Amino acid sequence: MSVLVYTENWDGRFKKLSNELVSYGSKLAEMLNTSTTVLSIGKVDEAELKSLGKYGADKIITVTDEKLATLDNRAYTAVIAQVVEKEKSGIVLLSNNNTGKAIAPRLSVKLKAGIASGITAVPEKTSPFTAAKKVFSGKAFAKFVIKTDIKILTLAQNSYEIVEKTGQAAIESFSPSVSNDLIRTKVINVEKQTGKVLLTDAEIVVSGGRGMKSPDNWGKIEELADLLGGATACSRPVSDEGWRPHEEHTGQTGKIIAPNLYIAFGISGAIQHLAGVSSSKFIVAVNTDKDAPIFEAADYGIVGDALQVLPKFVDAVKELKSL
Amino acid sequence: MKIIICISNVPDTTTKVKFVDNNSAFDTTGVQWIINPWDELALTRALELKEDANNPVSSVTVVTVGLKTSEPTLRKALAIGADDAIRVDFQPGDAYSVATQLAEVLKNNPYDIILNGIESSDYNGSSVGGMLAELLDMSSISAVSGIKLQGEEIKVTRDIDGGKEEISITAPFVGIVQKGIAKEPRIAAMRGIMMAKKKPITVVEPVAVDSLTEIAGFELPQSKAACKIIDADNVKELVELLRDEAKAI
Ligand SMILES: Cc1cc2nc3c(=O)[nH]c(=O)nc-3n(C[C@H](O)[C@H](O)[C@H](O)COP(=O)(O)OP(=O)(O)OC[C@H]3O[C@@H](n4cnc5c(N)ncnc54)[C@H](O)[C@@H]3O)c2cc1C
Repeated sequence: MSVLVYTENWDGRFKKLSNELVSYGSKLAEMLNTSTTVLSIGKVDEAELKSLGKYGADKIITVTDEKLATLDNRAYTAVIAQVVEKEKSGIVLLSNNNTGKAIAPRLSVKLKAGIASGITAVPEKTSPFTAAKKVFSGKAFAKFVIKTDIKILTLAQNSYEIVEKTGQAAIESFSPSVSNDLIRTKVINVEKQTGKVLLTDAEIVVSGGRGMKSPDNWGKIEELADLLGGATACSRPVSDEGWRPHEEHTGQTGKIIAPNLYIAFGISGAIQHLAGVSSSKFIVAVNTDKDAPIFEAADYGIVGDALQVLPKFVDAVKELKSL
Repeated sequence: MKIIICISNVPDTTTKVKFVDNNSAFDTTGVQWIINPWDELALTRALELKEDANNPVSSVTVVTVGLKTSEPTLRKALAIGADDAIRVDFQPGDAYSVATQLAEVLKNNPYDIILNGIESSDYNGSSVGGMLAELLDMSSISAVSGIKLQGEEIKVTRDIDGGKEEISITAPFVGIVQKGIAKEPRIAAMRGIMMAKKKPITVVEPVAVDSLTEIAGFELPQSKAACKIIDADNVKELVELLRDEAKAI
C-alpha cells in the first residue's frame, strides 16, 4: 500500500515542484502508515535522485529506457502502471501540470483507479478517501471521494509547503517492458526558452492588462519582473491581440497560477481572469478605476495610472534592494 | 479524414455559483449553458482544417454526454459549423463515466482525430480526454496548442514547461487542446443558426457504468479581507508593505 510519487525531470534536474510532490507524498504515507516511493523516468544523476530523500522519499525507482526519452502518454502510463503493480502502490501522486494532466487520467483507466485532480491540501479523511479540490474555476470547493482501492491524485503547483526531513533514499533501477508499437508520437522539434523564470514556477508574477495601452509599454513590466526574480503574465485580450505570447495568458482559459505575489497593472479583474490567479497568496492591483473588480480580490491596491506607477514601482524596488 | 470534438456543456463562465440541498448539489436555476471554452476552440480549429482545401478532412462531428437539456449547446456547435452531432443520453457522473460513454460511441464509429478540451470549466478535472484515449487504447497528446495536416501526417504542437514541442503522428489519435489551438472561438452567424436547425443530432443509448469517484459536498471560499489602498503618489509605501508586512519581496 505504498505511496508512489511520479516526478518528471527538466534536463536531468528536479525542481521545486518535485520537492512539493515528494513532501506531499511523504505526508500521505505518514497518514497511511506506509512508505514513499518516487519514480523518475529519464536520465538523472545519482546525487540529484538522492536529493529527493531530503523531502521524505524512502525509495527512488529510476527508469532510463531510451524509448522514453520524450513523453509519450501511452507508454509512460504503461510504465507507471508496471511500477504501481510491482510496488503494490495504493496511491499514485502526480503534479497537476501539463505532464500530470496528460498521464494521470490514462493511468486512472489503466488501474481502474479514481482520480482527484488539482488538489491543494492533504486529504480530509483517508476512509472514505476524501480530498477537497477547487471546482467551477475556483468559485467553489468540492469534496471528492475516491471509491476505488487505488487512488490517483494530482497536486496543484505551489500549493503545498515543502518539508525537509533527514531521511536517506535508496535508489533502485527498473527496466520496464515497453513494446515498440506502443509509441506512435515522434517529437520532431523542440523550442525552449532559457534563462527565464517560468510563469507556473514563479514566486512573483508581474502582469499587465489592456490598461497597459500598448505592447510598447511592456518594458517596465519586464524590468520589474526581472528585478523581483519573477515572471511576466497578461490578461486574455492582451494575448488575443498578440501584444504578448499566449503562454503568458493567465485565467480560466489560460494558465492557472499560485505565486506568492501577483501584481496586476491595468487588469480589470474579470471573473475569468481571477479564476487563474485567485490562489496567489498576495495580490496587488494598480488600476485607474477605483470600482474595478480586481480590488475585491486584491490585498494591496493603488488607484492610479499604471504607466505612471510602474516606473516609480521599479525605482522603489531598486532603492529597497540596494539597502 | 473525420474529426470529432467531445463537447462539455458547462455553465457560462460568469455564473454565480450556488449550491442547494445542504450544499450537496449545484444550483442550476437561471444558469446559462455554453460550450466549454476549450472545446469551442477545438471546434473552431477543426472547421479551419476542413475549410482548407489542401486538407483531406471530410466531416466535423460534435458529441456530448448529457440529457436532452444539453441539446441547445449541441445546436450551438452545429450553428458554428459542425456537420452533425451525437448525444449520449446519460446524466454525467464522474469523468470516468463520461469517458466510458464516449468510448462506446467511438468504438462503434471510428474517427481519425478526436479532440477534447484540456479541462471542463465546471469540475476542472482535466480527465475525460486522457481517459478516453486509454479506453480506446489510442495515442494521446495533451496541452496541444496547434494542429496542422500534411497529407496523412499530423503535426501537433504541444506546450511544455518553458517551450513547445512539435510532434508528428498519424491518425487515429486523441488531441487534448488548450489555448492557442485557434485564435478566437468562432461565433455562429445567422445563416449557421438557420442551417443548424436542419442538421441531425443522433441520440445514443448509454451503457451501464459505475463512477469511480463522487462528490460528498461543496463549499464556497471564504471572503477576502478588504484591500489596503495606498496613495498613487506613495508607491514606495506599497513596496515597503510588500517587503515588511507581506514579506513577499
Ligand atoms: C469564456 C471566456 C473565458 C475567458 N477567459 C479569460 C482568461 O482566462 N483570462 C483573462 O484574463 N480573461 C478571460 N476572459 C476575458 C475576461 O472576461 C475579460 O474580458 C478580460 O480579463 C479583460 O482583460 P483586461 O482586464 O486586460 O481588460 P479590460 O477589461 O479592458 O480592463 C482594462 C482595465 O484597465 C484599467 N485601465 C485602463 N487604463 C489604465 C491605466 N492607464 N492604468 C491603470 N489601469 C488602467 C481599466 O480601468 C480596466 O479595469 C474570458 C472571457 C470569456 C467569455
